[in-house]
Amino acid sequence: MESLTFRHTTAKPLAGTVPSTITGVVASGNLEVLLERVLPPDTCEVAIETPIAGYGPVWEAVVADFVARAQPGGIRISINDGGARPDTVSLRLLQGARLMEA
Amino acid sequence: MAAQMAASTDPQALSWYEATARQRVVALADPGTFTEFLPPTERRMSPHLPLFDLPRAFDDGIVVGRARLDGRPVLVAAQEGRFMGGAFGEVHGAKLIGLLRAALDVRPAAVLILFDTGGVRLQEANAGETAIAEAMRAIAEVRSAGVPVIGLIGGRAGCYGGGGLIAGTCSRLAVSEGGRISVSGPEVIETNRGAEEFDSRDRALVWRTMGGKHRRLIGGADAFAADTVAAFRAAALDLIGRAPAFDLATLEAEQARLEARIARFGDCRDATEIWARLGVNDPDAVPAMTTAAFDETVARVEEAHHDAR
Repeated sequence: MESLTFRHTTAKPLAGTVPSTITGVVASGNLEVLLERVLPPDTCEVAIETPIAGYGPVWEAVVADFVARAQPGGIRISINDGGARPDTVSLRLLQGARLMEA
Repeated sequence: MAAQMAASTDPQALSWYEATARQRVVALADPGTFTEFLPPTERRMSPHLPLFDLPRAFDDGIVVGRARLDGRPVLVAAQEGRFMGGAFGEVHGAKLIGLLRAALDVRPAAVLILFDTGGVRLQEANAGETAIAEAMRAIAEVRSAGVPVIGLIGGRAGCYGGGGLIAGTCSRLAVSEGGRISVSGPEVIETNRGAEEFDSRDRALVWRTMGGKHRRLIGGADAFAADTVAAFRAAALDLIGRAPAFDLATLEAEQARLEARIARFGDCRDATEIWARLGVNDPDAVPAMTTAAFDETVARVEEAHHDAR
């Protein structure tokens, strides 16, 4: 297993008041994304556990793109990966952020 | 959590087979009444899977909690068939067993188990096998206390291995066409006995041997549900209302029922032979029947109705 953690500073906190949510399932080509509103409002942290080693730069790029688009300030994101492709990861992250805004 | 809100789409339309465990629980229960025990934020994950370099799930593949069904309190467990085939590991099993034991204290109107499992998780097989045995014991105790335990089966992993054993101890079972109930799965039988005995790639054979319609016709399941959450909810409410007592008379009736079944059908080579003996006019037509037509067929089959289990 490879563990990756990325920390970002955001311009604003993520909208909404939902304290936590989860989306996706740990299955082949899929992943689960747990979001918790537990960090300072200008901080986002993404921790990833993946059985597919060696894709750190790809994860870094996908996470950076998500943070730029969603501005998920205050959110700690924990991912259990089942070997998802970058586009699936990106969609799940945006899905999770939207659920937190409800 | 917010996932519950997103999941509460129209239960009439939500496919049980396609839904996740979380979506099933939330849509099955009265709106807004589900409270999860040990939710993903608690991170009660498998202590064994990292040894095998395998990914874990925050809920270890099972969602447990309390809810209301038609206003009445129930405890609910739902397996996630897409995480490791819904298999029983140590934490997964402990969550189900803990829920069942809690039923002895809180005395809900029923415990609902939404099976979706291939059986025991091989990477933690000893813990998984123990969990199967403890779950069956716990169900016996819960039923003895007068609380019905209802199994709902319609997920993509079916209900196999130890899950099939646990299902056999429930008060009543509801199954959909996509659901399958057995102990040894198709691939296991083929591996041990050869493709001549059972060709696991013959999907029609698999479904008419282990599928929902066959189980319902022979009385292995007590309700047949269309593949929607609404249909499973209606089936659960119906089954809670007519769950048998768990006493010596019920167990003796069950023993007699199973003995009669093996005596009557033990020499059949295919499920269609069994259906013919059950009095189904056109056995070959059963797999393609709509739910409504199948319900009419079931109503005429004596073996599908019983007071045992």
